[in-house]
Amino acid sequence: MTTLTFEDFKPGRFGTFGPRHVSREEILAFAAEFDPQPMHLDEEAAKKSMLRGLSGSGWHLGSLMMRMLFDGFIGRTASLGAPGVNEMRWVAPLRPGDDLTLDVDVVEARVSKSRPETGIVTFKSTIRNARGEMLCEMEAPIMISRRDAASA
Amino acid sequence: MRFFEDIEIGARREFGSFTFTPEDIKRFAAQFDPQRFHLDEEEGRNSLFGGLAASGWHVASVCMKLLVADGKRLAAEAAARGEQVAVWGPSPGFRELRWIRPVLAGDTISFTNQVETKRTSEKRPEWGILQARNIGVNQRNEVVFSFLATAFVPRRNPGS
Repeated sequence: MTTLTFEDFKPGRFGTFGPRHVSREEILAFAAEFDPQPMHLDEEAAKKSMLRGLSGSGWHLGSLMMRMLFDGFIGRTASLGAPGVNEMRWVAPLRPGDDLTLDVDVVEARVSKSRPETGIVTFKSTIRNARGEMLCEMEAPIMISRRDAASA
Repeated sequence: MRFFEDIEIGARREFGSFTFTPEDIKRFAAQFDPQRFHLDEEEGRNSLFGGLAASGWHVASVCMKLLVADGKRLAAEAAARGEQVAVWGPSPGFRELRWIRPVLAGDTISFTNQVETKRTSEKRPEWGILQARNIGVNQRNEVVFSFLATAFVPRRNPGS
């Protein structure tokens, strides 16, 4: 399989990936380790919360988005890592049993000024559930090798 | 946990530290971010990171873990004083998350936060909305991680 490099990312829709099923057990396990708030662990407490029912941690959703990005294309891209996330919006709760679909758009692709062998591609990634409701939206840059540098 | 009215802008708090072991780093990465530099020491050394590096999502999730643990300590202290305990709501998102330096196997990251803004919710008058900058610093006192978090915090006297 050919490795994707900076030149393969042009502004516009890049792809749609998934679905990824998320089980109740996964939601509870992540929450128990990283975000043990009652709204993520306890059905009764969750019913009384603003989200009205058991929901996954937003950091679980972010981590699942990372995995879907990896499985979708980062795993076959000359990725050098990411400097951060410009913005993450948690729009609707992740629920047990959700099937997640990831839509990825390239917002901007530019060559790094300080490292001309590296490109910086800014992606807008959104996750929706099987009913088409958007759960989260993230804008984040990833550093990707340029083709000449990747093959050198 | 405190109510919206009790939180002061500029208030700073150290809320915990965590040492990232190679086993922790690989376990998280295998599940959520299996890029080679998060799974293998040799690949990490050959990458921009210079060693086995934790996934940025792992660093962020550990920050949340320590925030929740600190919140539980504060709630227990408030309850012990006979005060009403505030139950915080969910977060609508975050901004300006920066993975500034790699978190390598063996690094100990200490986290602090500082309240930057607070306002009442127009749509949900029983809630306030707080923005706080969370920062992670390693054992060499280098800033490795930061982001601007947002959370719904309950008001003590809604409508007042």
